[in-house]
Amino acid sequence: MANGEERVIVRLTNVDKSFDNEKVVKKLNLDVKEGEFLTMLGPSGCGKTTTLRMIAGFEQPDEGEILLGGVNVEGKKPNERDVNTVFQNYALFPHMNVFDNVAFGLVEKKVKKEEIHTRVLEMLKLVKLDGMEKRMPSQMSGGQKQRVGIARALVNRPKVLLLDEPLGALDLKLRKQMQGELKHLQRRLGITFLYVTHDQEEALTMSDRIAIMNSGILEQVGTPEEVYNQPQTKFVADFIGESNILEGYVEHVYEDAIGVTMESGKARIPETGYESEEMVYLCVRPENLKLDTKPHEGFSLRGRVREHIFVGSINKTMVELPNGQMLKAETPAEDELMPVGTPVNIYWNPGKVVVMRTKEEMIYNIIERSVQIEGMPNDPIF
Amino acid sequence: MIKKRRKAREFGPGAVAYACLIYLFLYLPIFVVIAFSFNSSKMNIVFEHFTVEWYFKMFDNRQLMQSFVNTIIVAGISTVLSVIIGTLCALGLYKFEFRLKNVISSSLYIPIVIPELVFAIALLAFFSSLNIPMSMVTLVIAHVTFSMPFVVITVRARLAGFDHSIEEAARDLGANGFRTFWRVTLPMISPGVISGGMLALTMSLDDVVVSFFTAGPESTTLPLKILGMVRKGVSPDVNALSTLMIVGTIAILLTSNFIQERLEKKL
Repeated sequence: MANGEERVIVRLTNVDKSFDNEKVVKKLNLDVKEGEFLTMLGPSGCGKTTTLRMIAGFEQPDEGEILLGGVNVEGKKPNERDVNTVFQNYALFPHMNVFDNVAFGLVEKKVKKEEIHTRVLEMLKLVKLDGMEKRMPSQMSGGQKQRVGIARALVNRPKVLLLDEPLGALDLKLRKQMQGELKHLQRRLGITFLYVTHDQEEALTMSDRIAIMNSGILEQVGTPEEVYNQPQTKFVADFIGESNILEGYVEHVYEDAIGVTMESGKARIPETGYESEEMVYLCVRPENLKLDTKPHEGFSLRGRVREHIFVGSINKTMVELPNGQMLKAETPAEDELMPVGTPVNIYWNPGKVVVMRTKEEMIYNIIERSVQIEGMPNDPIF
Repeated sequence: MIKKRRKAREFGPGAVAYACLIYLFLYLPIFVVIAFSFNSSKMNIVFEHFTVEWYFKMFDNRQLMQSFVNTIIVAGISTVLSVIIGTLCALGLYKFEFRLKNVISSSLYIPIVIPELVFAIALLAFFSSLNIPMSMVTLVIAHVTFSMPFVVITVRARLAGFDHSIEEAARDLGANGFRTFWRVTLPMISPGVISGGMLALTMSLDDVVVSFFTAGPESTTLPLKILGMVRKGVSPDVNALSTLMIVGTIAILLTSNFIQERLEKKL
């Protein structure tokens, strides 16, 4: 901020929130930059909606601070905050027509009648509802209702627009279409969007940045590319897209690489900064997992082809490791498939693996449990 | 003839006769009262010839007119109070969680379930133990106690399916607590409020038992006056008065239905 590049519009500092002695949000720190589209993504019950409701003012944090535009909003009622919310169930006023619904906030702000008129009509045009101002909410479809909900919030020109799974109640096709429209709307108006969803695809396609939450903890914040390509935690790797996650520990530390031993084999990974005996997760996307009959240098990970699943443009191959874990590999559909039952060597190209430290203690000795696979040489690679 | 797509099921002759009998049973006494209010004879046995003289006589009866005014005042004030207290009570029970909530909410229905006479005597004992003389005030208080629970019931029924996020949306859009109530909550529960109010009004208008014990000598209501008049036999002016009351009640009922239908349509 000091260098004036991006202003922080919402800042959460050490925010804690419990319901009935159950911590829903734990020590949350998050900055939302002005004009960005930030998505809070996580499974249901992860605390994302509660966080949004605390920013809106419907809930008060137990601990920590929330700054809106640099001002602490502690104790401020929802009507005293410069943010507006789009609700999942629309929450339109059923006794008011579309015009009055959209005009509600402006009437409360005592904006002049003529200005209300022009601003409401302008906003309805923007959400493609022109000519519908006399309709009652009960006469509209779900998609139209949510457009009213969006217009009703945006017409107030909030500092931040809070969207609580706004497309959750719509069918898939409409959802896709609305995603695009919302993104356009956000670009055009330049208003900061703070979006909550449990749909990872929605988050990846719409957001400038994604904040991934799991059981009250912020796991990672980053651009869609960052959270997909460089997940920092096992949860993120698992939640965003598909991942093969292998447990192991650092057996050797070299100058430019580490040797990781897993239950089903070993791999040499060009990473530094790890200590011997550290527990790690290796995370490989299915499209990066390669299978070969020949061994590859630096890998002694072996398995057996168990199943091929044809999904149009690609083939998914399931490989079973000696310890029973199933890995998924994706190959282009035109590539030749290895017959089911073939013993294969598993490898990946350098840089296509993400190594993560685990906080868990080493609970078992991987060496003891490592299994040999029949008909395969098991030469040491380190 | 155009065939209707969905034909209403037709009733057999037995069902029609049965329905007629029930309606006859319900409404014949009322028709008798109305018919005899236009009877020139003082006796309620034979119909001599048509007259409206009793209606004019009734308006000349100052005592009767006074009790009519009393009834309107008591019913009006007690209805307004019941609606305000009952609506707030229903909202409180909807919004807040507190200890003994179940006990408090079910104790609201006691004035409805308890025998009216017992309730009336309890009120009488209460007022006299506090040395409050029976008057319009005691009458209004008494009427509020038995009609308020009906408002609570109807408003709570309306609130049962109420989506709380609609109120949150209003707060979010800049409305404070009162403005949210005024612009969003009240319009949405208004069908319940109005039907509760209409119930309270009709309960108050035709109450005899509780009024009998809690009215002062200067605050006789119409039903009490009629009761007094009937003691000396049912005279044609009582018939006329009853007819007017029937007409009045039906008018209230129709208005209430009309308003409710319009509100429901809007929501």
